[in-house]
Amino acid sequence: MPDLSINFAGIKSPNPFWLASAPPTNSGYQVMKAFDAGWGGAVWKTLGVPVVNVSSRYGGVNYRDKRLIGFNNIELISDRPLADNLREIEEVKKRFPNHAVIASLMVQSRQEWHDIVRDVQNAGSDGIELNFGCPHGMCERGMGSAVGQEPEVLRTIVEWVMEVARIPVIVKLTPNISDITEPARAARAGGADAISLINTIQSIVGVDLDRFAPYPIVDGQGSNGGYCGPAVKPIALNMVKNCAQDPDVRLPISGIGGIENWRDAAEHILLGASSVQVCTAAMHFGFGIIREMTAGLEQYMTEKGFNTIYDFVGKALPNVRHWEDLNLKYKVTASINEDKCIGCQLCYTACEDGAHQAIRLQEGTRTPAIIEENCVGCNLCSLVCPVEECITMERRDDGTQHLTWKERTEANDIPVTFNDERAGGLHHWVPEPSAALGKERHKTLPGKARALGSPEDAVAKTASDVVS
Amino acid sequence: MAEYPTPTTEQEFAANFAQIKPLMSNTEALYESSRCLFCFDAPCIKACPSGIDIPQFIRQINSGNTTGAAKTIYEANYFGNACGKVCPTEVLCEGACVYNLNEQKPIEIGRLQSHATRKVIDSGKQLFAPGAANGRKVAVIGAGPAGISAACELRALGYEVDVFEARAQPSGLTLYGVAPYKITNAETLAEMDYLQMQFGYRVHYNQRIGSREELAALEEAYDAIFLGIGLGATNALLLPGEERQNCVGAVEFIEQLRIGHEQVQVGRKVVVLGGGNTAMDAASESARMGAQDVVLAYRRGKDEMGAYEFEYDLAKAVGVKGLFNVAPVEIVGNGKVEGVRFIRTATVDGQVQVVPGSEFVEPCDMVIKATGQAKQTHFLHLIPGLQLDGKGRIVADARTGQTTNPKYFASGDALNGGAEVVNAAAEAKQTARGIHAFLSGN
Repeated sequence: MPDLSINFAGIKSPNPFWLASAPPTNSGYQVMKAFDAGWGGAVWKTLGVPVVNVSSRYGGVNYRDKRLIGFNNIELISDRPLADNLREIEEVKKRFPNHAVIASLMVQSRQEWHDIVRDVQNAGSDGIELNFGCPHGMCERGMGSAVGQEPEVLRTIVEWVMEVARIPVIVKLTPNISDITEPARAARAGGADAISLINTIQSIVGVDLDRFAPYPIVDGQGSNGGYCGPAVKPIALNMVKNCAQDPDVRLPISGIGGIENWRDAAEHILLGASSVQVCTAAMHFGFGIIREMTAGLEQYMTEKGFNTIYDFVGKALPNVRHWEDLNLKYKVTASINEDKCIGCQLCYTACEDGAHQAIRLQEGTRTPAIIEENCVGCNLCSLVCPVEECITMERRDDGTQHLTWKERTEANDIPVTFNDERAGGLHHWVPEPSAALGKERHKTLPGKARALGSPEDAVAKTASDVVS
Repeated sequence: MAEYPTPTTEQEFAANFAQIKPLMSNTEALYESSRCLFCFDAPCIKACPSGIDIPQFIRQINSGNTTGAAKTIYEANYFGNACGKVCPTEVLCEGACVYNLNEQKPIEIGRLQSHATRKVIDSGKQLFAPGAANGRKVAVIGAGPAGISAACELRALGYEVDVFEARAQPSGLTLYGVAPYKITNAETLAEMDYLQMQFGYRVHYNQRIGSREELAALEEAYDAIFLGIGLGATNALLLPGEERQNCVGAVEFIEQLRIGHEQVQVGRKVVVLGGGNTAMDAASESARMGAQDVVLAYRRGKDEMGAYEFEYDLAKAVGVKGLFNVAPVEIVGNGKVEGVRFIRTATVDGQVQVVPGSEFVEPCDMVIKATGQAKQTHFLHLIPGLQLDGKGRIVADARTGQTTNPKYFASGDALNGGAEVVNAAAEAKQTARGIHAFLSGN
């Protein structure tokens, strides 16, 4: 039975799954309920200065019939009295001494930082997370991401905190910056014990086509919010990797961003996270998702023979390289399994219009065929194919050769003009431009012979007319 | 044991004839449209006789442009709403869906189509308008799927159109001949009103064109005449006892049912003669009207029936029993039907032969003959120069629908011998263009 427990920079937790600082950790009620459900830790909704929230705070991104593949909010930090939060932290710790309670904090002056750090320590918090990430509302008051975007300011505040901190301090980073390793290094320089990332991404999740305003709409208007949810995972993974690979950061990382099941968590861990934080998924499906997450991670660890989380923290990092280090001799091409093909021809049209015209149609069958000499092995067809294992990418080189762009550069073996025989696309066949005309089949449909007499009012007046 | 109680009210009738393709809610349409793969050169389009750009309209539904979806459908097929409900989609668009090959449920194209078109019908939004008047006039005989489709297309091309209909209401068999669980009268008529509102053709109801004089008047007054007359009454069996009370034709029975609903009475035990789709409908309908027993009698084996498999499944599902390899010899009874005398048959070298000495009487108190509809040859012979083929079908140019009398054009059942609503709608649209080409000299 694998051991899911972690010791994250000194914060102990029965498993690596923590609730991120957000609405699900707004109260002792919610945190206790989450621990009761199986969560290992919770980062309390940020405590700090008094705030006033707006009504209408969240917006969603739906994809076809899937709700909330992306999510944003314009809510601020906790608007509950500090004393209430401290009392509830104490109560939760009494009832759950072995679970991790991390207090997220955001104030301004050195004195305020000192006071609030002492307050949460006295309440029994296991750790502190400094919210330098919130990209809306608070940053306009000089806090949140306004700090995370200024490494020097960030470092100074971390130093203030470390003056009084007796428990581990995590610095939460904003992704709204070109190079996330800069604030990560500043956190280390300031003496922080760990970092967590990513906070939300500044965003507009959608525009109401009738009211001409961004979501969420507050009395006819809106503001940029913080983006999160499944859609941000790829951005988070890359930033976690950047911090994990940076030799000057060397801090434990709590991975945040688009985690909703054990797979997402495992990916964060493989790229260097040693705890993971979840918010959107808990807001969407409730605390019960933890059962699937722990069960899945446990099963994965059993199958891989990992005894502890640390057996695979950062295990994928050696395989994440710069582009110039990739093997240019590696060659794959697509292969269509004729027995599995259902004839949708999405691969054909994708390759035709979106790639390298390396798939052709065949007489007498709807199964397309690969034009081997045109296939550059881009993967597109295998990505659009709706049938499992129907289009596979087969390795064509013999695996004996290895040559990278970096090596070629060093050997002075790179193309310098487009006519250089060594240039990549030089001999790649493309059709003549005019061969493209007359291929759009919808124009020849029997029912499309014409659209007669379309009055102006055939066009919907408002988008809601169209939708309803 | 009857599966259904005899309906005594409109509500009970509606319950017994609950729609097998009910309307989708917005949410269901969103979910179902999300599944469409947007195939290249999609097989569903090719399988649709009217060539609707199906992936396009499904994508339009999915992106919240239901009105645009309806327009896509109507551009190809003026009976878009009806076809979504009454088409044998299992053997057309949905049967061609590539999901079938992956052992997944095909997209419910018919229901999505009805969803989009119903929305636009209910909204009353105008998608089309008559073309600029070109000064010419066309008479359309028959307000069925062919006639109304032709009228729409001709109006769009700028013709003045008068439709002459023998019955009191439009849409032909969509209203008078389709099983009530496929489409309701209200739905059918709503689409007819919607089309007429946009295109503005005139329909003259209860005006059967039946004489040479009437035809001559049309020939005089109009530049072209479109024949959308469909088929006639049920073929006579020419069996002794056929005249007995409660021995009826399927087409006539279904027409009564569509108009009279719960006021129609069926026997306690009904024998339906035939193995086509109309036989399946009549059998299902008898069961749903409260018949205790319904027997479907066919002179060949089960697998040789002309009906679609799903239609037979529908009948079986409501308790209809099959009686195969039997041929009716006589309708027995005393004034009223009391049974059918059958003789058993065997198929030898593809020929049905009777088995001597195997006669028996299947008791029943109602017989429905679903043995095909007669052609309207008597009427068609009133048109000078109009040729019919050996099966009584109108001979016409496959591309233009022009008959051997150049002033007459034809589409639908009278031309194709009897097919689906979608075939008539598709043919008529093409024939209207043939009329336009003829009259405008292109």
